[in-house]
Amino acid sequence: MAAHAVTTHNRRFDLALRWTTLFYLGVMVVLPMVTLSVQAARPGFQPFWRALVDPYAWHALKLTFFTALVMVVINAVTGTATAWVLVRYNVPGRSLVNALIDLPFAVPTVVTGLMLVVLYGPTSVIGTVLGRFGWGVIYHQPGIVLALLFVSYPFVIRSVQPVLMELDRAEEEAAATLGAGAWTTFRRVTFPALWPSILTGSGLSFSRALGEFGSVVMVAGNHPLLTKTAPLHIYGEIESGNRHAALVVSAVLLASSLLILLGLNALQRRGGVNHGD
Amino acid sequence: MAIEVRNLSKRYGTFQAIKDVSFEVIAGQLVALLGPSGSGKSTILRIIAGLEVADTGGVLLTGEDATRLSVQERGVGFVFQHYALFRHMTVRNNIAFGLKVRKLPKSDIRARVDELLELVQLTGYAGRYPSQLSGGQRQRVALARALAPRPKVLLLDEPFGALDAKVRDELRVWLRKLHDEVHVTSLFVTHDQREAFEVADQFIVLNEGKVQQVGPPQSLYLRPSSPFVAQFLGQVNILPLETIQLGPRSESPFPSSLSELALQSDVQIYVRPHDMEVQRERNGRPCWRARVERLTPLGGVVRMDLSINGDHRIQLELISDQTLDLEFAPGDTVFVTPRHMNVFDAQSHTFHPVVLGRETEARA
Repeated sequence: MAAHAVTTHNRRFDLALRWTTLFYLGVMVVLPMVTLSVQAARPGFQPFWRALVDPYAWHALKLTFFTALVMVVINAVTGTATAWVLVRYNVPGRSLVNALIDLPFAVPTVVTGLMLVVLYGPTSVIGTVLGRFGWGVIYHQPGIVLALLFVSYPFVIRSVQPVLMELDRAEEEAAATLGAGAWTTFRRVTFPALWPSILTGSGLSFSRALGEFGSVVMVAGNHPLLTKTAPLHIYGEIESGNRHAALVVSAVLLASSLLILLGLNALQRRGGVNHGD
Repeated sequence: MAIEVRNLSKRYGTFQAIKDVSFEVIAGQLVALLGPSGSGKSTILRIIAGLEVADTGGVLLTGEDATRLSVQERGVGFVFQHYALFRHMTVRNNIAFGLKVRKLPKSDIRARVDELLELVQLTGYAGRYPSQLSGGQRQRVALARALAPRPKVLLLDEPFGALDAKVRDELRVWLRKLHDEVHVTSLFVTHDQREAFEVADQFIVLNEGKVQQVGPPQSLYLRPSSPFVAQFLGQVNILPLETIQLGPRSESPFPSSLSELALQSDVQIYVRPHDMEVQRERNGRPCWRARVERLTPLGGVVRMDLSINGDHRIQLELISDQTLDLEFAPGDTVFVTPRHMNVFDAQSHTFHPVVLGRETEARA
């Protein structure tokens, strides 16, 4: 009897726990997203479309996607290379370097922006030199890319590193004994094993870059149609009372992030079918 | 000569992995590089393949100096213990890899892969991924992949090490059959002497980075040149030479040369369990007086545990029906005559065989 009571109690507890966590997820994550989407869509398609193709909103979105894309391409290459060096080479102070890699996650983004302004700003040494060549960094688009590179630095490295560590070196050795040179081996043997992790890291950093506010607001200045990214635009529209305009741009960012997440999930599931041991 | 290894040495930090190793492999043979773990056998194999660089010494492949050639240029096939198949490629693409690298025409590649799939009995598996195959199948794909570009020599690093016992036995027999068909010179590393006996034409026995003995398996077993080889290949009883003087002198009429040696303290007799005869009565031949401690029937043979003078234990093996005739029981006193044995003199470090039958017969 006692045992029976205990199991009943446990079952009830399990059920309660299950529903509580689901409810929590719904209230904390799903509800805000649904509310935002509904409110953005409520006035109908025409107003939504008009708000989207508004020159300022449209430019902000284009700029956001463009800078994020530039950042992702750079990060995919340098991140993979960094992971490679960390795993394959016996770098002196490797554990220190390894610890430093996560630092950009820990630095408050506004501080990140300020650091870049101090380093590359028009009054800094580097900024002055670059300015003489007519190159603007801070308060120009390269500054945005720099900020995005900093805040998303660890993503690709942390995604590629474990895969590279698990990779069987014997596969590369086998390729070499079969006559494949270093480049062929990388292209045909190593890279096919790495690219899902490179893509995952890139996707996560892209997603993160779409919404980056703190560091970008510092380095971008506030030039509409030049350096105003979507998050800055959203903030500006709210400040000036254009709620619907802000909601529409937000809905686009939200949908993009969701799509990337779904894509990465699908990618991982596909990888699991093909290579699962 | 398909493979010639000359004075190879390699050191990792303070560890001398191999030391002045030289040997040759005759074309078309299947040779086992045999030794306990840490004896340097894998290192030698990897140096031959070019995956590892020796500190000193050289490697010749089919008569040409390959010491300075890269892995890619050496034209060796290599089979790894854990298969090392390309996991994102199908079986067909795995086998075709070495052919594609050589930029052969597509139709030739297709034909060669089909031929190899048939050779390794995996014709229906061309479209599978390695993860969809069993261990034995994976290793057969690895073998086909290594053979596809027609390598000068095939190098196998513990090829059965990752498989379970039953599959290992099957694959072993299969490899021997395959080699009889293909005749590619093969050198394979193993620590398992049974495996080596079953597959190899020749043994190269290694210990502590040095070659101990080279030769056909049976002759190494019967005529080991060192205590290590005697102990590593099969079982052997080791007894101090003094044991032959135990009891009345007439009971152990061993050759007189041995009696002189026996005055030294560190001389030992090495005798295999099946190189001894057992009698109830003395028959004038050299023998130990021993007590039967235990009888263990093992199917075809019966193992006898004996003790000589209480403190020296030996094991011997008799064909089962012989023991039926003799009907031994624990506690019995028996007389054990070695047919063949080796004597190891630790002082002069010599190890030489003594055939007892002939010498004593000459005396009689």
